[in-house]
Amino acid sequence: MSLHIIQTEIMAMEKRRRLYSMACIVLIAAVLISGYGLANDLNSGGFLTGMQQFFDYPSEIVKEAWAAGFSFFLVMGRFVPALVETLNIAGAASIVGGALAVVLAFLGSANLGVNPPVVITIVRRIMDIMRAFPELILALFLIFILGSSPVPAMIAVAFHTAGALGKLFSEVNENADADPVEGLASCGATWLQRMRYGVLPQVLPNYLSYFMLRFEINVRASAILGFVGAGGIGMELRRTIGWGKGAGDETAALFMLLILSIFVIDQLSSFIRRRLVTGRDSE
Amino acid sequence: MTSSTLAIQPPAPVTGSLTVFSRIRRNSLLVMAGTGLTILYLLYTFISFDVWDLLSRSKPQRAVLLATDAVAHKVHVTKTIRGAGGLSIAVEGERTATYETPPGWVTVSDDLTRVDLAEGYRVDISGTHVIFQIPDLGPIHVRITDTGIETILPEGVDPPDWLRATPAKFDARPTIGRRVQVSKARIEVHRYFMGWENFFFPFRSELAVYSPGQLFSLAFSDQRLDPDMPNWRLMATTFWNNPGWQHKQVFIALLETFLMAVLGTITAALVGLPLAILAAANFTPAQALRFAVRRLFDFLRGIDMLIWSLIFIRAFGLGPLTGALAIAFTDTGSLGKLFSEALEGVNKKQMEGVNATGANRLQFYRFGVIPQIIPVFVSQTLYYLEANVRSATIIGALGAGGIGLMLVEAMNTQRHWENVFYLILLTISLVMVMDTVSAKLRNRLIHGRSGI
Repeated sequence: MSLHIIQTEIMAMEKRRRLYSMACIVLIAAVLISGYGLANDLNSGGFLTGMQQFFDYPSEIVKEAWAAGFSFFLVMGRFVPALVETLNIAGAASIVGGALAVVLAFLGSANLGVNPPVVITIVRRIMDIMRAFPELILALFLIFILGSSPVPAMIAVAFHTAGALGKLFSEVNENADADPVEGLASCGATWLQRMRYGVLPQVLPNYLSYFMLRFEINVRASAILGFVGAGGIGMELRRTIGWGKGAGDETAALFMLLILSIFVIDQLSSFIRRRLVTGRDSE
Repeated sequence: MTSSTLAIQPPAPVTGSLTVFSRIRRNSLLVMAGTGLTILYLLYTFISFDVWDLLSRSKPQRAVLLATDAVAHKVHVTKTIRGAGGLSIAVEGERTATYETPPGWVTVSDDLTRVDLAEGYRVDISGTHVIFQIPDLGPIHVRITDTGIETILPEGVDPPDWLRATPAKFDARPTIGRRVQVSKARIEVHRYFMGWENFFFPFRSELAVYSPGQLFSLAFSDQRLDPDMPNWRLMATTFWNNPGWQHKQVFIALLETFLMAVLGTITAALVGLPLAILAAANFTPAQALRFAVRRLFDFLRGIDMLIWSLIFIRAFGLGPLTGALAIAFTDTGSLGKLFSEALEGVNKKQMEGVNATGANRLQFYRFGVIPQIIPVFVSQTLYYLEANVRSATIIGALGAGGIGLMLVEAMNTQRHWENVFYLILLTISLVMVMDTVSAKLRNRLIHGRSGI
């Protein structure tokens, strides 16, 4: 008898759950359909005309690049300094932001005995704000004060990085083994010593893996911020695109450089991350 | 790199105190070398970014200016010397916001205009002669003559650093909120007031004169200000069509940015999932197909949002569709890769169980696979949605429209900083609201009902 009751109950729950899933799917479909309809209306060019023109621009620049022949590679070489600048923005921002993130993460982890505990809450809120703050706004604001230069972009990206990495780092900290810390505490180690010798060696591989991931994201972000006046490859892109026809080979060269560097960094970072993670698993 | 080799070493068996110490020494050497290299790199970037030059060229006063203008508005009292002459008092010098009758702090008589700047500061204008009264300093006399602008400071006073007086122009700003400018063509006095001017209703609107309390009772009153519509509708439409603050256009811009993020992310997730099945080793035995789909993911991701945006802006013009498609293209690659990794980690037993019941292909995926990856699917999609609201503002700034473009344009015109500040606040609120909602949903998913 009771089995029967359980069975009907389970069936009812199952039915309700499927209803929820159905409702969810219908909702998403409705959002998609009405959203694309609305977006199409708000867009200056419609979807159908856009689709016809979609390959015009890429084929135009490819044609111009092809026409340039071997000198295309010379054009590419001319833009290497701009690429280096973009990479430097990303590199410096990742390092500065990452260093700040380590400090924030240690102060914002619940399990490390930060005293007083209210510091943890405050630091976490700070990280939330840093993470949510759009890079674009900070970059534009700093460009206004400091003038067009890579530094505003660097600061903007570093600010966001500190928040984003800080959160990930503190999650890693909270999963760290407490035994080494207790051992060090029993020897009379200070808080800094406990963190340096008890926690840091445990979390460093994960930190590095997240750092590599972030560096890749930051290269993309730095390239984009260049477009609003922060220098580097983005700025060159805006210049060549602003010229319109005739600069297609330069645009193509810039695209090529950006794609290549992102590809290399992507492969490198996933290779290092894989090594770090498998290295840890074998322990 | 250096520290990674340090960390991944499996701990060697400890054979004696000597080994331990040599290991520690080697590790600390590696750490020191890594730190040294990092510092060297930072120094190099510091030099290549020309930070010193930048700091010397920076304009910190612009930050103060921006901060003041962001929360205050100024009223211009302008006396034109050339041409017809005459006096105008206007909020931010806008023709549409000119006072018909002077406010209490400006008194106009036949040949004297007195502008009271509060706390003892006062400007008297009579003809082409200006007297700027400054407490603790005395009056500064400024005369517009044929040869130029003549400035006479009180006896025995050195020219203060807030004063610039040349024969072409006189410009004094003793405090942030008070400024007097004299050129041959006109005399202009600025007085700042806290708050955003005409935020709700335009200056010319009949509603602008009421206090909040009066407005509240007016909203429910039967006496219509405009016979065509009830008062509350009049208020709403006046607010909505405010020409200075452009509430309607700002709302549409925010909606566009939101649409870009939502449509782009959902599209990417829905396209990415089936492709991910084709890229996962345990679902697609055909290696060539798997390889092709994976390279497609790399291609979509590698082109980068910047380039996709530029291509789509060219083809589709300004608008949310452009941004949505740029996001969808990039993130199909990222999400597809993530999903395929999650698919490769699914539990075989559940799939085998479903298979054993004689399920068809569709049922196999529906009951054997999807329930296992739904948590990853939803939480990663939400996570990308969160990030994409930020991306959408940037794509907008590149030229796709929405709040990002509005912000860049407002900043480039370098006027109306209160507008810029308002847009910044709205953008940050949008991002933060999306962050909070998505974090709540992800938390519920992970802790609440992980076993769907």
